Amino acid sequence: MTGPAITEQVGTGTARGVGSSPARPDGVLKVTGQFAYGSDLWMDGMLWGVTLRSPHPHAVIGSIDISAALATPGVHAVLTHADVPGRNLVGLEHADQPVLAESVVRYQGEPVALVAADHPEIARRAAGRIVVDYQVLSPVSDPRTALDAAPLHPGGNLVRRVKIRKGDPAPVADVVVRGEYRVGMQDQAFLGPESGLAIPDGEGGVDLHVATQWLHVDQQQVCTALGLTPDRVRLTLAGVGGAFGGREDLSMHVHGCLLALHTGKPIKMVYSREESFFGHVHRHPAWLQYEYGADSSGALVYARGEICLDGGAYASSTGAVVANAATMGLGPYDIPNVHVDCYGVYTTNPPCGAMRGFGAVQAAFAYEAMMDKLADALQMDPVALRIRNAMSEGSRVPTGQLVDSAAPVAELIGRVRDLPQPPAPPTAGPVDLRQLPGGVGNTTHGEGVRRGVGYAVAYKNVAFSEGFDDHSTARVRLEVAGGTPIVTVHTAAAEVGQGLVTVQQQICRTELGVDTVLVHPADTTVGSAGSTSASRQTYVTGGAVQHVCALVRARVLELTAALPDLPGTPVGLRDGAVVDADGAALIDLAELLGDQAVERTDEWRHRRTYPIDPETGQGDAHVQYSFSAHRAVVDVDVELGLVKVIELACAQDVGRAMNPDAVLGQIQGGSTQGMGLALMEEIQVVDGKIVNPSFTDYLIPTILDTPPMPIQVLENPDPHAPFGLRGVGEAPTVSSGPAVLAAIRAACGHDLTRVPVRPQDIIG
Amino acid sequence: MEFLAPADLGDAVAAKAAHPDAVPIMGGTDVMVELNFDRRRPELLLDLGRVPELREWDRDGDRIRLGAAVSYSRVIAELSGVLPGLAMASRTVGSPQIRNRGSIGGNLGAASPAGDAHPALLAAAAEVELTSVRGVRRVPIDDFFLGVKRHAGAPDELITAVWIGAATGPQQFSKVGTRNAMVIAVCSFGLALHPGSAQVRTGIGSAAPTPRRAAAAETFVNAALQDGNLWHSRDVLAESLLTEFARRVTAAAAPIDDVRGTADYRRRALGVLARRCLQWAWTDYRSGSVG
Repeated sequence: MTGPAITEQVGTGTARGVGSSPARPDGVLKVTGQFAYGSDLWMDGMLWGVTLRSPHPHAVIGSIDISAALATPGVHAVLTHADVPGRNLVGLEHADQPVLAESVVRYQGEPVALVAADHPEIARRAAGRIVVDYQVLSPVSDPRTALDAAPLHPGGNLVRRVKIRKGDPAPVADVVVRGEYRVGMQDQAFLGPESGLAIPDGEGGVDLHVATQWLHVDQQQVCTALGLTPDRVRLTLAGVGGAFGGREDLSMHVHGCLLALHTGKPIKMVYSREESFFGHVHRHPAWLQYEYGADSSGALVYARGEICLDGGAYASSTGAVVANAATMGLGPYDIPNVHVDCYGVYTTNPPCGAMRGFGAVQAAFAYEAMMDKLADALQMDPVALRIRNAMSEGSRVPTGQLVDSAAPVAELIGRVRDLPQPPAPPTAGPVDLRQLPGGVGNTTHGEGVRRGVGYAVAYKNVAFSEGFDDHSTARVRLEVAGGTPIVTVHTAAAEVGQGLVTVQQQICRTELGVDTVLVHPADTTVGSAGSTSASRQTYVTGGAVQHVCALVRARVLELTAALPDLPGTPVGLRDGAVVDADGAALIDLAELLGDQAVERTDEWRHRRTYPIDPETGQGDAHVQYSFSAHRAVVDVDVELGLVKVIELACAQDVGRAMNPDAVLGQIQGGSTQGMGLALMEEIQVVDGKIVNPSFTDYLIPTILDTPPMPIQVLENPDPHAPFGLRGVGEAPTVSSGPAVLAAIRAACGHDLTRVPVRPQDIIG
Repeated sequence: MEFLAPADLGDAVAAKAAHPDAVPIMGGTDVMVELNFDRRRPELLLDLGRVPELREWDRDGDRIRLGAAVSYSRVIAELSGVLPGLAMASRTVGSPQIRNRGSIGGNLGAASPAGDAHPALLAAAAEVELTSVRGVRRVPIDDFFLGVKRHAGAPDELITAVWIGAATGPQQFSKVGTRNAMVIAVCSFGLALHPGSAQVRTGIGSAAPTPRRAAAAETFVNAALQDGNLWHSRDVLAESLLTEFARRVTAAAAPIDDVRGTADYRRRALGVLARRCLQWAWTDYRSGSVG
């Protein structure tokens, strides 16, 4: 990976603060294989829990006979819905999903029963002896007709519909283009499968160590299902091997706790790779119909979009994904007249929910294809058309909300356009297969290969929207140990690989001028940090840590009031000392604090958002936007339909690069995940059943599929955000895929409407 | 499940005779996946990883005797000069870790229609050496594959080696997958020129219930090369020859629609691979190169 270095901005309080790239506290452990993930948890005397899942996407359960399973030597418990002591319904937005199925199963893989045994193999075999009498029903597998099907849930099959209306309802334009697009079901494909360890406390409560994204929303749901109060259900974050949205919903949480409380023994559960494909939600497949109109100068006159999202069997976060796909559905452009309908439905397909990009990803494939079509119809350069219509600070988005901080859309797309092009494919000399479509498969030595260049620019909302009380809690403690000031920062924020642990340390260093910062394990003994999703943790938990550090600092400065003989006026902390306005040390923290600790805990909120109007979609729904642009350069074998992405350049405005290395890592990873969706990543579902639940056939990009990524990072501060930062992780996932698709279209000349693109689509 | 780990070939063959249902395991790159996914629970695993005889290769005149346990990595490192087609196929297998563990014999034992070595072995006219307590026999590769994951070995036989002629002309192997590495073949094609016998041989992978030769395509191209005196003149191949060859390779396939690709795409892709492989091999032949 190459790219210009980001200007190093050393924090004001100490080295290794905000703006630097210190090593991750968990980095060495992870790269040497010593980091303990959830699947590595172990306790003497523990039992293994497994889940019996429905083989059918839709069936009525007549009866469940557990006697043979229970009689299996080594089995300690076999549980069904009848053993759920609390409410047998959980869910992120709507509690509509049984912990264990009762009378009906609505997707293949739905949990039906649980087994705890001495050994996982015994547990699996016993699960195989549970006799479930299924009356198989027809699956409801097409979301476009699901609203006409028999209701799968009491309220019918519509999860949510969002309408956005702005301007003239019947606009007329000189040039009109239309398109229909289909986006397949992407999987988060995290490498650490769902896992956890539930430990009964002997007093009716339980401690759950689990790999998750949001401890407190898990805790609420576990409490509801177990009928216990939060003081009886304590969660600690286990090592998380990637998340990308797939750990927002519950997996083994309630199941493990049920078995632990029932047997009185610790229960370990780890999903296999295959089970993992059934054990978490996926990205919503989408069907999109779009129409864009422009005047002859290239100014957009109107945009219409209809988006159907397949929510699968249970709601999960479908409602919020629908709102995102609708409000982000037309791209970062100024469009005077807007008409968007977006709806998400229940089917008997695998449940879909959160995944990096969260509704914005699907829409971007459609709206960026429309911009290219429009450019073609207008005989305009596609980048020039985007710049002509680019949103900017002061624009109003389709929901009417004012864009009240930097929105450098035109600059971002212009920057990737102006980067030097990668070298043309060599026409002579030895062939390097790794640089050609088909790679080491040796499918071409240059025959049939055409180069294409494509562009896309996109935006993504940061943090939770629509009036959600989106807050985080931090506890910060400053004390002296062995003569050295030490800060301990404690939040419930889930580190899922993104690097929040490092950012928390950096913020403490900058704010408190102390180099040694310990990150307390994340658990529910401190207040909620909200979810590690929506690009929000550095913003919201980072904001909370900064805020609480300020409380601690204020207290420390108060303490100096007892010392009238200081050689100056204390105003801040730096390098372990109280300093004056010139930065001169007045007194060491070690001396000032002695054996007293300063500790503060508080909540912090980003600015308020508001619901959108149900008929017009108007409202200040979002906190902040994150913008990114990509230029993809691809070589396509147009006879075989194979693609080599030669280069994937990105420009993104991050407001403030809190940790420049981590920022680049997020952009590289996000770009690769978006490219993966464009080229190969798809859970294939036939009549409600997943036909490729393995990494043999669910393909994710290898390093040979991953191109060099020149990256330009802009830092236009957002005055409303802590440190001026913008959430980084999702925007590149939104814009990379459409750029790759555009480049392939440019190379092969076909109007590719299906994502991921398949070889047969490319050869036409 | 029991686990037998014979220390030499005699013990291994005896064990297979005593337990004909035992599943042989070498690198485990196929068998372990099936076990881990709970698709297969054999009563007995017969580990051949400790049998030294299987790990060797020798040259006997014009032929290479490749022990069944020789890994893809070693084929690439040690044999790419004499077995270029098999080495090219080996390079397309999995990841470096899989190439270190997986073996040609294991590939044959699995007898998957998608096995990467098979088209190259078909094109090279290999023979599979099968050993039992009853003796040793060699089965021509053309007769080895009987059906999806079924081969000609008897229950008491072990695949002990593959015999392959050292290349006397250029060889090619191409494999289509939907990513650029670490992928199971959507379809594949192997081709070898045998100038000594004035023959072109082929192998098709992942486009029929078994790996198979494109017999009619071979007949056609052999006649055309003969009639045009092209083996001698080394002239360029006519477009019409390449086109008809590709058409006949396509016709020899019997692909299905599955999770990795459609039958129609496989046919079209095979035609492209056939034309390109023949063109590349012939270009090498014209320049006098062997590999």
